[in-house]
Amino acid sequence: MDAQTIKSLVAIFLAAILTENYILNKFLGICPFLGVSKKLDTAVGMSCAVTVVMVISTAVTWPLYTYLLVPNGLGYLQTIVFILVIAALVQLLETALRKYMPPLYNALGIYLPLITTNCAVLGVTMLVLEKGAEDPSFGYLQSLVNAFGSGVGFLVAMVLFAGVRERLENCDIPETFKGLPITLVAASLVAVSFLGFNGVVDNLL
Amino acid sequence: MEKKKNGLLHEFTKGIVKENPVLRLVLGCCATLAVTTAASNAIGMGAATTFVLVCSNGVISLLRKVIPDKVRIPAFITIVAGFVTIVQLFIQAFSPALDDALGVFLPLIVVNCIILGRAEMFASKNKVLPSLLDGLGMGVGFTATLLAMGIIRELLGAGTVFGIPILSHFMEPIIIFLLPPGGFFVFGMLVALAGKLSAEGKAPESTGCAHCPLAASCSKLSEKDNGKEAAR
Repeated sequence: MDAQTIKSLVAIFLAAILTENYILNKFLGICPFLGVSKKLDTAVGMSCAVTVVMVISTAVTWPLYTYLLVPNGLGYLQTIVFILVIAALVQLLETALRKYMPPLYNALGIYLPLITTNCAVLGVTMLVLEKGAEDPSFGYLQSLVNAFGSGVGFLVAMVLFAGVRERLENCDIPETFKGLPITLVAASLVAVSFLGFNGVVDNLL
Repeated sequence: MEKKKNGLLHEFTKGIVKENPVLRLVLGCCATLAVTTAASNAIGMGAATTFVLVCSNGVISLLRKVIPDKVRIPAFITIVAGFVTIVQLFIQAFSPALDDALGVFLPLIVVNCIILGRAEMFASKNKVLPSLLDGLGMGVGFTATLLAMGIIRELLGAGTVFGIPILSHFMEPIIIFLLPPGGFFVFGMLVALAGKLSAEGKAPESTGCAHCPLAASCSKLSEKDNGKEAAR
């Protein structure tokens, strides 16, 4: 692996975290972002689970699509195949966690089945293929790095937002805005801060 | 039988106002935030989702006694994914521009929690006709909310509505409304407004897992499993 490849992988990783942040730029995975970000520890746990599932799903769906579906002219089955693969993987992960890491399972067990229906996971498996179609140099390795970076970006957004929400708890908020509305307005401000990263990654190269 | 007519009408209307899937139940926020940069996209997304919602509600309701309880979620997902693929191929064939605009959010209708939520909460427990009406009502409610958000964001962010210039003669468009922060902001304002106008007079506490209808079944499932293990 030459220096140029490593450089481009770092750029993909950073872009996935900052400029193409799944939550704040692409609106994928909003449900856990708003639902689980109330406490820092659940936010971290959920994001880790999402990251693991993202990387594993991409690792499975990419070869499946490229070497099985496309050569057989079955590309249109993408949606059905991907969601079923992800559902099976989540089920496996849940079983493994329950067996080997019961404390983590107790903390996240309720959320794990919901990762199946998390748009960020299905989104990443499809978006890396879209990128691969546009740019032939975006292969398997790049897709995995992108998936991992997206997961880390998810984590960053969740942790930042959990911090913001803990502050909100003690604020005097107008009655109408209590609950979800003020959370969304706060999310809007966090998203503004992420806009500031636009262009940062391009200049790195 | 006696309250049938009223009951059926209720199944339809509740999704539009009282139990509006986006503003009151807070489901399907990803699609709501992402595709509402233009009013026409909002209509396309709403129509696609409504079609999938009505069809999957109908089929799941027909199969509700056939699908074993344990594998119902995977079964629902497969049915929904089938209809999403149909919509996807249809839109790709007849409106490539809309396909480009919706992008990855078109296949992502599969994981739109409105659809799975209605399947789990309603269609798997009710007869076919109420399920179809429930799906239609929820779909119309979803489309109406998307349209409202799309109009607001397009008007403020680009000065147009459905591409027709309205405000752009008088003022410089506020581009941030087309960017992600504007999406969150407009959504927050609409949720606050809907909460204020609702019977309870306040907005929903939170969203996501706690409010997703699936979460109840998920936690119940894991409780059941834990109970089984304890009994063992």
